[in-house]
Amino acid sequence: MSRKDITSGNWAVAEAMRQINPDVVAAYPITPSTDIPMKFSEFVADGLVDTNLVTVESEHSAISACLAAAVSGARVMTASSANGVALMHEIFPIAASYRAPIVFGLVNRSLGAPINIHCDHSDSMAERDSGWIHIYCEDGQEVYDTMIMAVRIAEHKDVLLPVFVCQDGFITSHCFEPVEFMDDEEVRSFIGERDPLFPLLDIDNPVAYGSLALTDYYFEIKRQQVEAMKHVERVYREVAGEFAKKTGRDYPVVDTYKTDDADHIMVIMSSAAGAAKDTVDRLREKGHKVGCLRIRLFRPFPAKAVVDALKGAKSIAVLDRAASLGAPAPLFTEIKGALYDAGIHIPANTYVYGLGGRDFFPHNAEEAFMDLINNNMSPEERYLGLRE
Amino acid sequence: MPRPEVLDWLRKRFFPHMWCPGCGHGIIMHAILRALVDSGKKREETVIASGIGCSSRMPGYIDSCTIHTTHGRSLAFATGIKLANPELTIVDVMGDGDCTAIGGNHFIHACRRNIGITAVVMNNNIYGMTGGQASPTTPLGARATTAPYGAIDPPFDVCKLAQGAGATYVARATIAQPVLCEQYIKNGIANKGFSVVEIISSCHTQFGRKNNRRTPVDNLNYFKNNSVPLAKAQSMSPVDLEGKIVTGEFVKREAPEYTELYRSLVERVGGGK
Repeated sequence: MSRKDITSGNWAVAEAMRQINPDVVAAYPITPSTDIPMKFSEFVADGLVDTNLVTVESEHSAISACLAAAVSGARVMTASSANGVALMHEIFPIAASYRAPIVFGLVNRSLGAPINIHCDHSDSMAERDSGWIHIYCEDGQEVYDTMIMAVRIAEHKDVLLPVFVCQDGFITSHCFEPVEFMDDEEVRSFIGERDPLFPLLDIDNPVAYGSLALTDYYFEIKRQQVEAMKHVERVYREVAGEFAKKTGRDYPVVDTYKTDDADHIMVIMSSAAGAAKDTVDRLREKGHKVGCLRIRLFRPFPAKAVVDALKGAKSIAVLDRAASLGAPAPLFTEIKGALYDAGIHIPANTYVYGLGGRDFFPHNAEEAFMDLINNNMSPEERYLGLRE
Repeated sequence: MPRPEVLDWLRKRFFPHMWCPGCGHGIIMHAILRALVDSGKKREETVIASGIGCSSRMPGYIDSCTIHTTHGRSLAFATGIKLANPELTIVDVMGDGDCTAIGGNHFIHACRRNIGITAVVMNNNIYGMTGGQASPTTPLGARATTAPYGAIDPPFDVCKLAQGAGATYVARATIAQPVLCEQYIKNGIANKGFSVVEIISSCHTQFGRKNNRRTPVDNLNYFKNNSVPLAKAQSMSPVDLEGKIVTGEFVKREAPEYTELYRSLVERVGGGK
């Protein structure tokens, strides 16, 4: 029997981790993700899990310990935010290349400077080419469910890649809302036991990780990672399909809201989709045919699903919670690329919003929608909620 | 209330500060400011550097040249500043997590180089800002959010670490001894090389609540009752010293300062230009 409780995004992650019962968790405190290992450490201390929790001396050590444990054959999880994620950067591409299925609770927070503890996506966007799978969640329920699905996706032998499960710092991580939890047994039967490929601890079959590959083999190994990423969407659909059958909660790679007949579509990620969908409802009451497309799977980028959702629109607005300084914003770039490849030219506006935790209100979403409705289009980057 | 002579050194527009009422860090900030004023330092020739944590908010409140950097890296930044302009007086304010965990490497190497920086390590035995996780100075058996039944990791002795790594001035006081704090910081600033002044501070919010030191007064009393001056400690047995805070000046020695060595190297190999 599933149970419902009021909990925060962070505690939902910790609860998923308790049920998953990973072999190793190594972590270092950083706002706003600290709650995750902190709550989890209570489970460890109370003997509710069998996990080796290592409270290391920096994020760099945390992800290094996780990586070594993962290639040893352990099931491994950790969490971090912002500068903690940035400090881990050196190890991220190595983890992907070692094909280490680490599941990572990433609580999005702005990268300094100025020092800021609130939400934007600059931390995870900076890691978009590190070879990890990126999934962005809208609310606590989705974060909980995604943590469980991520274990299966990461450990699938056609994939074997680490996964970031992203939620918005404070907005989702600290907001208490009802979350429906699965039974412990149900979670454990869903994820099964990890069956590692080439574990370091298989001493009868010794293997080497991290070897030197220069001009001779480096390129081929990177090509294998490209191939692994190509399998992710199929595996994701299998796992999400099975999860939906069990729980009734369905998580497609992109979340479409009233897009089928929409003339104007807003593309957005994570918690701000709530304000966007509300605005869709209010504008529809006034007779405007608008819709919202929320991108859940960002790496690998689900280009076909995006094109399918957008192809009928007359104009689109892409909202990024991160800027790519000196180039168009990251999500906008992906959307344009996907449409171009499909031979579709839809006028598109690009907006950056919510940097450093600046609130995103329905009236900000409405401003962007009204630009589309009034055919106020231009390729120049615009800003929502900014004082200028 | 701050002494009148330090008022010019405060960025009053940023008050009230963010520290909890009763936090030990205010006592330390006041001691630093008194030491700087008493040493005849000018605000425009003084740099206060910090990393991340409650203690690291201090430069925001001090009206000199200040830099608030990333977690653990303040000594790396301060090293660059000192090398660029060795005439500056640099006080690097750090917490125990900042100094001995994520920044531990920079700390021992600053000690090793004996670079002219005064590190004030505010040790409250906990990661206060992020919610009370055990740090590398959390005493054995003390409770923290990541050690709900007591810490099992042996703690660092910051002064021994600094001494072993080569710092030329190393001292320890507690916030219950504000005059001593000021004196040691002043001695640290006067020392030409790398100085470490460890000040045992209190976090009644995150540490005290879990360890029977709920109020600021509990903490001050604890420090008063458990501090032992170095001279007395030298005649005590290790068993008697268990759980005690030994205060005093542990190292006070002369050694070449790094930026001076660097300058003489430049002069030597630069061909006398």
